[in-house]
Amino acid sequence: MWQALYDNLEQTVAVILFGIGFTILLLQRNLIRKIIGLNIMSTATYLFLASMGYIQGRKAPIVTDGVTDLAAYINPIPAGLVLTGIVVSVSFTGIMLALTVRLYRRYRTLDIDQIALLAKGEDMA
Amino acid sequence: MSKRRSDWEQRPQARFLRWMRDGYGALDDQITTSISQPAAPRPDQEAMEAHDILVGTHRHERELALDRLAHYDLQNWANTRGRKVLGRLYAVLALLLGLILIYFLLNTVAFMPRFASADVPANNEVIARYVEKGLEETGAINIVAGMILDYRAFDTLGESTVLFIAACAVLILLRIDLDDHGQPMQQLIAEESDDRHYEPKNDRILQGSAMVLTPIILLFGIYVLFNGHLGPGGGFSGGAILSSGLILYLNAFGFQKAGRFFTYKIFMWVSFFSLGFYGVAKAYSFYMGANGLHSGIPLGTPGAILSSGLIMPLNIAVGLVVACTMYIFYALFRKGGL
Amino acid sequence: MSFVKIALLGMLIVCALGVSFTRNLLTSLIVYMAYSLMMAVIWMLLESPDLAITEAAVGAGITSVLFFVTLKKIHAIKGDKDHEQAQK
Repeated sequence: MWQALYDNLEQTVAVILFGIGFTILLLQRNLIRKIIGLNIMSTATYLFLASMGYIQGRKAPIVTDGVTDLAAYINPIPAGLVLTGIVVSVSFTGIMLALTVRLYRRYRTLDIDQIALLAKGEDMA
Repeated sequence: MSKRRSDWEQRPQARFLRWMRDGYGALDDQITTSISQPAAPRPDQEAMEAHDILVGTHRHERELALDRLAHYDLQNWANTRGRKVLGRLYAVLALLLGLILIYFLLNTVAFMPRFASADVPANNEVIARYVEKGLEETGAINIVAGMILDYRAFDTLGESTVLFIAACAVLILLRIDLDDHGQPMQQLIAEESDDRHYEPKNDRILQGSAMVLTPIILLFGIYVLFNGHLGPGGGFSGGAILSSGLILYLNAFGFQKAGRFFTYKIFMWVSFFSLGFYGVAKAYSFYMGANGLHSGIPLGTPGAILSSGLIMPLNIAVGLVVACTMYIFYALFRKGGL
Repeated sequence: MSFVKIALLGMLIVCALGVSFTRNLLTSLIVYMAYSLMMAVIWMLLESPDLAITEAAVGAGITSVLFFVTLKKIHAIKGDKDHEQAQK
């Protein structure tokens, strides 16, 4: 198993990064750090996906000298999927940061536990 | 034999022994010792019966009071000291969950096909079609750009829509509307109103370098955008680079000067028309293709800049949407509007 | 496996851990920016130049700039006079 993990080193590291990002999302109390953890999770997923496309000894999928042979280029499909994903991740980061600014304006703190307490206090009052 | 200290009853060892023996907490101890007074002896029978009834009521009430105090005590503990204990328990469990997740995923990775090998199940006939016929069917030299803007153009339309919706959502959350007299309509805190009139301090280094860098960055962005089908790049990266140049200009020279060429109306119309043009052009292409008709868009010679049919205009459309979205994000965060 | 690739992947994990272990919010942002940039170099080593240029422009550019502006709005940058006023 260790040899298989060392052979797929990118995928191993991507999976470890996913777990680290998830733990940051759960454990940190500051909202900004939670958002950074979510971004780490998403980039780890893109690394996992795009490392499926790499083939040893072949070049990037840009046609050079008119060679359109299948055996000269890597797999272009995962790169296309990840390209969409990167842009979607920046849009949801923007929305989350806007929500953080509004929460700060309302509750004057960034600690998620205190915000939950204050919100519950407002509900009961 | 050691003499017991005079404050033995309050020491932690004594409390612990008492807790082990009886199971009471400290507060319960105080309540029990304060409430249980020794009953005074009554001489005659009625007085004794009355006293018994009274003691029974007292005992019942005392038990009720003890219950209520224990409940209150539990709530109190959960709110003050229990929070620390539960917080530590949550941290330990979260860490354990993360480690278990990593372990299971690593087990899965051990069974994945070998990295960088050519005979994985992901290399099937789809990529054979894209790579071998890609150049003659789409005319794009960059196979990835040809794939996301010709074979899989629907995904790119969905993703541009996601960007547009994100810009709308941030507009709703952060925009500060002005009424007719130029006063903000919402309630602002003091720092917000100070931030809205933010103009730069005319920093010499920043303005000097922005004067040199901004045209270079904008030119590079336009180059990446226009050559999306000939080399790496395309709509998303070109749009992001364009917006970086505009944000640098905005930071260095302020909102007044940037408002001379990029107003809110321009942002609205450019985003709307780019997305609309993308939808109409691709709808035409899909309609022609689905009915077996030959679409009249020429493919040109591969390698020239005006080639590959619709890919260059679509690249420009996507790039403009991306640039406008990123710029409006920044302006909304900074000032609450354009 | 080349040494550069192993070193970059190791630095990715170090950066991801470093985000949670720093006290200052600004520091964790800059570590995240470095993480993004190293990810862009790894895309280049995996022969995807489209992804590399997009990740460099978007991850280390736009997302980090948005984070910085949010930090300014919530008065979390030390040394700013708004931060001292917010601490009172």
